Amino acid sequence: MNVQVTQVMDNNEIRRALTRIAHEIIERNKGAQNLVIIGIQSRGVPMARRLAKLISEIEGTQVPVGSLNVALYRDDFDKRPARTISASDIPFDVTDKRVVLVDEVLYTGRTTRAALDALMDLGRPAVVQLAVLIDRGHRELPIRADYVGKNLPTSRKERVDVHWMETHGEDAVMIVK
Amino acid sequence: MWALLRNGQVIDPFRDYTGTADVLIAGGSVAALIDRCDRERQSLRTILIQLDLDERDGQVFDCSGFVICPGLIDIHVHLREPGYEYKETIATGARAAAAGGFTTVVAMPNTMPAVDNGAVVRYVLDRGRETPIRVFTAGAATKANNGAEMAEIADMVEAGAIALSDDAFPIQSADLMRRVMEYARMFNIPILTHCEDKSMTQDAVMNEGLVCTILGLRPWPRQAEEIMIWRNILLADLTGCRVHIQHVTTRGGVEAVRWAKSRGIPVSCETCPHYFSLTDEALLTFDTNAKCCPPLRTSDDVEALKEGLADGTIDIIASDHAPHAQEEKEVEFQDAAFGIVGLETAVPIVITNLVKTGTLTIEQAISKMTAAPAKLLGLSGGLAVGSAADITVLDPNCEVVINSSTFQSKGRNTPFDGWKLSGKVVATIVNGEIVSGELKTVPIEDCC
Amino acid sequence: MTQLHRKDILGLQDMSSEEIQLILDTAESYKEILSRSVKKVPILRGKSICTLFYENSTRTRCSFELAAKIMSADTTAVSTAGSSIQKGESFKDTLLTLEAMGMDLFVIRHSASGAPHFAAKILKSSVINAGDGMHEHPTQGLLDMLTIRQNKGRIEGLKVLIVGDIMHSRVARSNIWGLSKMGAHVRLCGPRTLLPAEIEKLPVEVYDNLDMALEDVDVVNVLRIQLERMNRGFFPSVREYSALFGINKDRLRRAKPDVLVMHPGPMNRGIEITPDVADGEFAVITEQVTNGVAVRMALLYLLLGGGGHVGSA
Repeated sequence: MNVQVTQVMDNNEIRRALTRIAHEIIERNKGAQNLVIIGIQSRGVPMARRLAKLISEIEGTQVPVGSLNVALYRDDFDKRPARTISASDIPFDVTDKRVVLVDEVLYTGRTTRAALDALMDLGRPAVVQLAVLIDRGHRELPIRADYVGKNLPTSRKERVDVHWMETHGEDAVMIVK
Repeated sequence: MWALLRNGQVIDPFRDYTGTADVLIAGGSVAALIDRCDRERQSLRTILIQLDLDERDGQVFDCSGFVICPGLIDIHVHLREPGYEYKETIATGARAAAAGGFTTVVAMPNTMPAVDNGAVVRYVLDRGRETPIRVFTAGAATKANNGAEMAEIADMVEAGAIALSDDAFPIQSADLMRRVMEYARMFNIPILTHCEDKSMTQDAVMNEGLVCTILGLRPWPRQAEEIMIWRNILLADLTGCRVHIQHVTTRGGVEAVRWAKSRGIPVSCETCPHYFSLTDEALLTFDTNAKCCPPLRTSDDVEALKEGLADGTIDIIASDHAPHAQEEKEVEFQDAAFGIVGLETAVPIVITNLVKTGTLTIEQAISKMTAAPAKLLGLSGGLAVGSAADITVLDPNCEVVINSSTFQSKGRNTPFDGWKLSGKVVATIVNGEIVSGELKTVPIEDCC
Repeated sequence: MTQLHRKDILGLQDMSSEEIQLILDTAESYKEILSRSVKKVPILRGKSICTLFYENSTRTRCSFELAAKIMSADTTAVSTAGSSIQKGESFKDTLLTLEAMGMDLFVIRHSASGAPHFAAKILKSSVINAGDGMHEHPTQGLLDMLTIRQNKGRIEGLKVLIVGDIMHSRVARSNIWGLSKMGAHVRLCGPRTLLPAEIEKLPVEVYDNLDMALEDVDVVNVLRIQLERMNRGFFPSVREYSALFGINKDRLRRAKPDVLVMHPGPMNRGIEITPDVADGEFAVITEQVTNGVAVRMALLYLLLGGGGHVGSA
């Protein structure tokens, strides 16, 4: 099979997008007060750490960051083999916090739905917002992101791959056909 | 009516005969054994005329490539009737025997009621006479197999019992066993004894050893069998009664019998196809069809049994045919019934695992299933002229696949299902009649 | 390895070290759920789990039921007392009847070794062995390993002593298989009457002297001694058993200074283990119980996942 890979964002574009999102988050939440960033495991975690770092630098306060395992909240358990990933790591109480959930690609919205349920089981946040690097469309649930790095029209046959320096050795977004 | 079994390898252990020959059967008896020289001297027609047989009133069966031997004898079968007809009846057991090449079987007395008096002996023998094969029975050594009171042995012998047995209910009291032996000696019948010290086998279900330890099942130590073998050997020595040790399974058991024979003690013994073909590893999957009593042992024991068979320590191969209903085996392992059906698998297992491996010659193997058991129980047999034409025709090279769903027995409890083996029972003949299997006829002209 | 390719959990004998690793990792990640105030995740919603117990066991049954309920599965408890089992229904028929009602997974405790294997052959649903006769108790073996790993950071290379009635112990057998596969050195100690035949052929060192067996060990797993064994002549008296094989503070000095003391429960305090040890600084007995729930959650999750065993090769 002929695989065709097209790069749609490079490291500079990703850096600019994240910086813009960080500013938007601060603006929307009127600072970093009571703000926490939670990455959806496993792909949302590097981006959550980046955003937390950027916001901390801009605001000069430490923004708590955590990671959320949504495996136990998925709705496709009957269709996919049970896979194990690491536990949620949220070293703070989410109740009454302004939570920004972070994922790299927003697609059907099902992972976000699972993440909302997982989050609610941990406490009662004051506000939950969603930040994604790529919104590729094809939503199956009434979910939209509050912060989007790039809107990327795709076909369902395509795949969007995000590479992070931390895990892949480079920052890049690719469409794989 | 006559029939000619033509051109087979005739093996008659009753008189140590092996050779390519034709067997002529007339009036239910062996009428002539025609070897090559005979055939060259005179034609079949001439022989028929000499014997006053009508040429048109008979058939010639082609037995080229087959072994023709005296009908096989199994001295250890459980026909379950009376009382357990849901497991097997004398009729179905007899059909299984015929299908397996056996023309004579000896039923064990652990029925309900037990075969412990003349009336029940007569019942079993009468039922046996309704079948196409010869059914004999052993009488129970104790009343209702209770292991406590001697049964009416004279009454049973009078009715036709040809042996005594404590099979499945081993007599624990050495004193009682001694009395039974002393008493049995008056009638010159052997005791077929199941050797098991029950105090060592409480709740036991399999051979004690590594596999048992891994599976966490209750152990049945070999010593429970060997202690009783030794006890019964010493009692045979004391009483002079003929003692036949049933289903020997261990190296120690073989050695005990070897010692007894070397001392001239009147002891014989048997083993069964599963004991020299399987080990306790067959239970690793908790297969209840491999659960039997005594239990399957180890590869070292299999080796010892083969040595014992080869050097003559083990006189007889018996099947211990032990049919059970499906629902008695499809349960938790510890609750499953003990036993394996054996009548319809014995021949291919013996040929494959003893003859093809070189442990026994085919003559020796057949002897342990014909002449040796006949000698123990005083039965007639063999292919001498005038003998009843009880004959088994085998194809030792034909490959068979064991398929329990085709068994004539009601029991399907075999661990050999699906095994590919060599050795097929082509036909079983009792009193000159083919009671199982079929043979190809050839025109008489071809022989004349 | 990220998933289990099997229908049933029958024992640790036929399990690979990778599978054990996966189960322990998964269980470890679920301990977080047990520490929440709202202990409920929706993943097994709509799954029916039957706990079929032919032998009483409050501890194991509770642990499985709690694990199932935390993951939102529905549980049905069937036990011998007062059921059709008492009316003489065969094990096979009981299984087929319950499966026909739509059970997705059976948790089976049985006094007969091999009963869960028999069930697994008959059923299309998954079977977890919750202890069969003297054969195996895989979930206990796994929770023991999880407890060791959490406290010692590893299993490989540790010296683990199992003391007591080895012969009748399914816990011992599952621990022997699991620990040896994970690279621990397993020692067994008990009266010669309670060491089963040829046990030394397994990857273990066998002792009948407790002081020698304790020398330098990292973990001691103390087995429950069933007092009814005394009546069958395996040992003469509780007093003598306790004197020869009871674990007390004094004896523990021979072990490593940071020795871990475990017990599968229920304990005979004062017989196989003294109360000061059972409640002492080295004991992790309640931690074992907590880990039991996590291990059972992990197994339910891994076995019931769609595309797991169903339709897979």
